[in-house]
Amino acid sequence: MIMINLIGILLIGGLLAMISERFDDKMPRKVAMAVVLTDLLYLLMCLSGMPEITQLQAPLANDPSTWLMHFKSDWIPAFGISIELALDGISLLMVLLTLVLGAIAISASWTDIVVRKGFFEANLLWSLAGVLGVFMALDLLLFFLFWEVMLIPMYFMIAIWGHENRGYAAMKFFIFTQASGLLMLISVLALVAINHSNTGVWSFSYFDLLNTQMAEQTAHWIMLGFFVAFVVKLPGFPFHTWLPDAHTQAPTAGSVILAGILLKTGAYGLIRFAVPLFPEAALNFSYPAMLLGAAGVVYGAVLAFGQTDFKRLIAYSSVSHMGFVLLGIYAWNELALQGAVMQMVAHGFSTAALFMIAGSLQERLHTRDMRQMSGLWQQMPRMGAVAMFFVVASLGLPGLGNFVAEFLVLLGLFKVNAWITVIAATGLITGAAYSLLLMQRSFQGEVNKKWADHGLIDFGSREMLTMAVMMIALIVLGIYPQPVLDTAHPVLQSLLELTTEPVNTVAEVVR
Amino acid sequence: MSETIWVIPLIPLLSSVMLMLFGSRLKITHIGFLGVASVGISALLTLVLAVEFMQNQQIIQESLWTWMEVAGFAPGISFYFDGLTLVMMSVITGVGFLIHLFSTEFMEKDPSYARYFAYLNMFVAAMLVLVMADNLLLLYLGWEGVGVCSYLLVGFWYQHNANGQAARKAFIVTRIGDTAMALGLLLLFTELGTLDIQAMVGAANQTWQIGDSIPLIACLLIICGAVGKSAQLPLHTWLPDAMAGPTPVSALIHAATMVTAGVYLIARTHGLFLLAPTAMTVVAVIGIATSLMAAFTALMQTDIKRILAYSTISQIGYMFLALGVGAWSAGIFHLMTHAFFKALLFLGSGAIIHCLHHEHNIFKMGGLRTRMPVTFWSFMIGSAALAALPMTSGFFSKDQILLQAYQLPDLGPGLWMAGLLGALLTAIYSFRLVFVVFFGEANTEPDKDTGWRMAVPLSVLCFLAMIGGYFMIPVAEVFPASDGSHPAHWVEYVSISVPLVGLLVAYLVFFNRRLNIDGLANSTVGKSLGNFWLSGWGIDWLYDHLFVRPYYGLANLLKSEPVDGIYGLIVALNQTFNHWLSAAQSGRMRWYLASMVAGLIILITLAANLPTGVLQ
Repeated sequence: MIMINLIGILLIGGLLAMISERFDDKMPRKVAMAVVLTDLLYLLMCLSGMPEITQLQAPLANDPSTWLMHFKSDWIPAFGISIELALDGISLLMVLLTLVLGAIAISASWTDIVVRKGFFEANLLWSLAGVLGVFMALDLLLFFLFWEVMLIPMYFMIAIWGHENRGYAAMKFFIFTQASGLLMLISVLALVAINHSNTGVWSFSYFDLLNTQMAEQTAHWIMLGFFVAFVVKLPGFPFHTWLPDAHTQAPTAGSVILAGILLKTGAYGLIRFAVPLFPEAALNFSYPAMLLGAAGVVYGAVLAFGQTDFKRLIAYSSVSHMGFVLLGIYAWNELALQGAVMQMVAHGFSTAALFMIAGSLQERLHTRDMRQMSGLWQQMPRMGAVAMFFVVASLGLPGLGNFVAEFLVLLGLFKVNAWITVIAATGLITGAAYSLLLMQRSFQGEVNKKWADHGLIDFGSREMLTMAVMMIALIVLGIYPQPVLDTAHPVLQSLLELTTEPVNTVAEVVR
Repeated sequence: MSETIWVIPLIPLLSSVMLMLFGSRLKITHIGFLGVASVGISALLTLVLAVEFMQNQQIIQESLWTWMEVAGFAPGISFYFDGLTLVMMSVITGVGFLIHLFSTEFMEKDPSYARYFAYLNMFVAAMLVLVMADNLLLLYLGWEGVGVCSYLLVGFWYQHNANGQAARKAFIVTRIGDTAMALGLLLLFTELGTLDIQAMVGAANQTWQIGDSIPLIACLLIICGAVGKSAQLPLHTWLPDAMAGPTPVSALIHAATMVTAGVYLIARTHGLFLLAPTAMTVVAVIGIATSLMAAFTALMQTDIKRILAYSTISQIGYMFLALGVGAWSAGIFHLMTHAFFKALLFLGSGAIIHCLHHEHNIFKMGGLRTRMPVTFWSFMIGSAALAALPMTSGFFSKDQILLQAYQLPDLGPGLWMAGLLGALLTAIYSFRLVFVVFFGEANTEPDKDTGWRMAVPLSVLCFLAMIGGYFMIPVAEVFPASDGSHPAHWVEYVSISVPLVGLLVAYLVFFNRRLNIDGLANSTVGKSLGNFWLSGWGIDWLYDHLFVRPYYGLANLLKSEPVDGIYGLIVALNQTFNHWLSAAQSGRMRWYLASMVAGLIILITLAANLPTGVLQ
């Protein structure tokens, strides 16, 4: 029930936020913040009563009783569709990340949103609800449902509150994700049908569908359906082109959720579904997948370097960073997978913060064009210092979370394929190039006279508090990542066991 | 003290964090006090540690916590302390303290005083972590940490685009080396299962034979990192530009400490290099080539800081030469003496720049001997040590390197002769600087003399640059002992006399002008060679055309996202079909009837041609 409540609080909270606008137009953001914090608190309270996750036995992938939480109730019994939710270490990490970044997104929307505030916060909360559902649903149809639920509010957020080219960006976002969602639906149905013909039972449950026997070719094609759906979301090269537009046009809070959380649903999907459901097919596909990951790292970095739009640059940096996640997942050993999970968390914070800075700049300067900026440190030293922190975090400075993530990915990847590791490692150099260019063009350099008499306002206490949360998170992840690693460890362990056989063959194939 | 060595880097770190958080609310004097005192305390604690170490020779290992633990990969936040660490820590905290003190006066008028000390303290903390780390990953943390601090301090005066450019160049060029080094770490962990330096070297000696290819690759990757950080060929181009930072920063980071990190890294992992003789030869060759290239370049520079920058590159070349020929302790010895005399020279040049309205061109100075006596004597002593004149600190360390290089079989005498040529050039360019700046006509009048906060560090460093050669560095236990043999006496005499010849040449050319080189300098060959050296052998130009511009070009080319073109094509295709189909719905009865009939005909033809049985 806890998981239903978690989602329910957000759904109902969204309605409340919408209604509250009738009383006072400053109410919705407060209501929304209260709702997310309540949700977070509720989750933490429930967790405190449970055994330490690190003491749990590895949750066996096909035995729901070993999971941290499990809930199942019939929905459409005739087709074996049920409301089945479950939580293990990885979903827990993602749920926590979602709620924390949700609160940060609401803080980002505090002064950014000026029209239809109630409806905005409602969409934000509903989108979060959808994401929570995605991270917890283990009935494949329910998963698909939540997958759609998180997109539609996001579409509205871009289409209504976005910037100058919002219509195009929102439509592009919608079509890309819908088309890939459709591929996933077809794959789900095909998988269920095969399972039915094997066993005579209709079931959409993850636990029933694991270990479904099928022909190698069939598995390959169904796996590809999942793969494309998730990689579009990640986004992986060459399916990433919706992202720069969506990010650039989305309001700040939308970008925070998009980059911080929505992208992670793609990575989560790969770890949870695409590989375990089709271990052999997926791992036979690991070589092309890793090449796509490496291509994303390099391509994203080069394109980021060429941008003049502050937000677009960060968007492309996400493409580059998510390339590491793809690499980590398809290297499929514990080091690399831990790195991928770590990258999901660390990138969530570092990119969310950079998008917030971009939003704050746009709010003050009414432009995202870096050619119009330069020397802003002079007037806004606090914002400059904060930006510097997140820029060095994103270029992978040791001692901050992103380094741990990228190093673990590379370490795991090196065992599998040294040459792809070399290609991916060039991302460390090109990453430094675009990150420092961002800093140079906006905060450093000659002071642009244009803004001299604008009286630009530096970060205030609300903004500094929000930033401090993310800074502390990155520092802790950087020097003591063990809690995160320990939370993910049992899950990864059981996933690796589930797919042990193919791993060896893949290692041989790749070598 | 030996149970809590981790407080030594912690104190400057805390001070840095405090300055970042509360710097804008503190008074100037408090900021200065915090900045200097934190490093001062670290220096005192290091001194205590040194006294203890001299008594008991105890190696200290301390583990605070496990950084991360994944599938057998468990580097710790843990420290390792031996004689080598002690030498490095003493240089970092000792010279660091003096430079912090000097900075309080040098930066006094700067509005970003707190930011300056925050970065500088952070640097000291990171540098201490680098040398105290017991595993390569923690070393890498310090390594990247000093890189970022260097970036922040080179670009400290961020309002000028050129400074930002120099700062980014410094970071990115070293990052190229760092990335190769990171790959080396990956290789070492994958092959040996640990990054703990002592355990790793032990495992390497059990797993590999001398001359195996994997240790060679690992060493070459480590060399890449060292070459980047220590500004050696081919990754040296960032250092001359890094002079854009405040001069005390150049003294601390780009002369005394950070740039010698590469030397430390190779010395620290020497157990690995002994397994890869080819890698050691590479180190020696890089060292001597860099040393000569930079010495020729220094000869032609007119900017006082750039002369010193190239001389730093050149001197680190000597340290690399020492490492490459297996003269480990001589290399570290030269690292220490170089830290003394080069910090002295940089601080001296800082004093000149400070008192001469930010003038950098040596030909606009002149005659400063009587008007800035403290600085004059600093430069005299510093240059003497740099040129390795007998009895100065630089003499003892450089002499050791040259003599040990000579003894290397095959390559030895060649390396020795090249080293001597470098020593000759060093003497010429260092005394060219002294004669031009301090003697002759005065071209610019200083507006003030140095205060005590500048004079004291200069005097202390003068003292160290004089007597540093008599220090015994406690590294006998760290490195394998040398065989103790000496080359023939004539080798020693030649080595001693070459710098004196250089001094004489500089004297004749730049002081009493008996030797006129104008004709030579103005000849076509002389001029083009001079310009070639002035430009640093055109290497910047080469890299600009080989790497920088193509990368900008590529980014520019891809900026508009060619991949999106594919999706654009799908959209266009859809729109075309849409166009055709909506054109079909014209509303004209004739058109509808005609297309219905046409459709029927096609269907009937198809049906007629179908094999029988299908329609039944």
